[in-house]
Amino acid sequence: MEGLLFLTFATIAVLCALNLVLQTHPISSALSLIGVLGSIAVLYLLLGGEFIAAVQLIVYAGAIMVLFVFVIMLLNTGAEKQPTRKIVVTWISLPLLFTFIALAAMLIAQQVPKTEVVTFGGFSGGTTLSVGRSLFTQYLLPFEVTSILILIAILGAVVLARKEI
Amino acid sequence: MDFLPATVPLSWFLILSAILFTLGVAGFLLRRNIITVFMSIELMLNAVNLTFVTFSYRLKQVDGHIFSFFVMVVAAAEAAVGLAIILTVYKNRSTLEIDDVSSMKL
Repeated sequence: MEGLLFLTFATIAVLCALNLVLQTHPISSALSLIGVLGSIAVLYLLLGGEFIAAVQLIVYAGAIMVLFVFVIMLLNTGAEKQPTRKIVVTWISLPLLFTFIALAAMLIAQQVPKTEVVTFGGFSGGTTLSVGRSLFTQYLLPFEVTSILILIAILGAVVLARKEI
Repeated sequence: MDFLPATVPLSWFLILSAILFTLGVAGFLLRRNIITVFMSIELMLNAVNLTFVTFSYRLKQVDGHIFSFFVMVVAAAEAAVGLAIILTVYKNRSTLEIDDVSSMKL
């Protein structure tokens, strides 16, 4: 059951991520990114992160991606022009990327023992109760600092989006 | 359905995360539309979040979820400011190609 769930949504995530990189029109990339975010939310549920899965869907796929789609629609620039980069760049970078993935996978497979498996319900500490308790006791100061960060981000966005700049 | 394992090894999550991160790096380096570059950054952040949650499962501690939550907050702030910057760039230059916006290049 877990194997089927993981393989299904991991495949969707990788295909959507590939589509994000390969599409020339930003709106197609945005829709692919929403696919990646949704399938990662399912994987969070598999890992016992109920709260973080909900936040992923509401904040990331909901709020942030709406902002992206809004800006893409507002600017309405259309697809990317034909590549100006040299073809050599693509032909060098792609093998390098594949080598990097293979090296990372090999290192991970060496370091993490095969006996460590993920079962559904193997970790139940990711509920809203436990995340909230940890957030408001042990991580109270970073949480408050975060609110200041958000305030500064709002002010920065307002200042940058003014007419005069 | 014999080829499907009943349980998923922990390393598969980490390998998936590595693949997603690498694709994000590829998009960041190869794309020229500034919005697509920005979305590649979001993809990289998500790959790292997946690693945090995986290690949280492994260590049976909730701290990874908290860090993941903070990464999401920072991503939200980054999206707000970054998209405002993109709007300003487009207003001043009427282009979204990052190769055309190179006045800080040496």
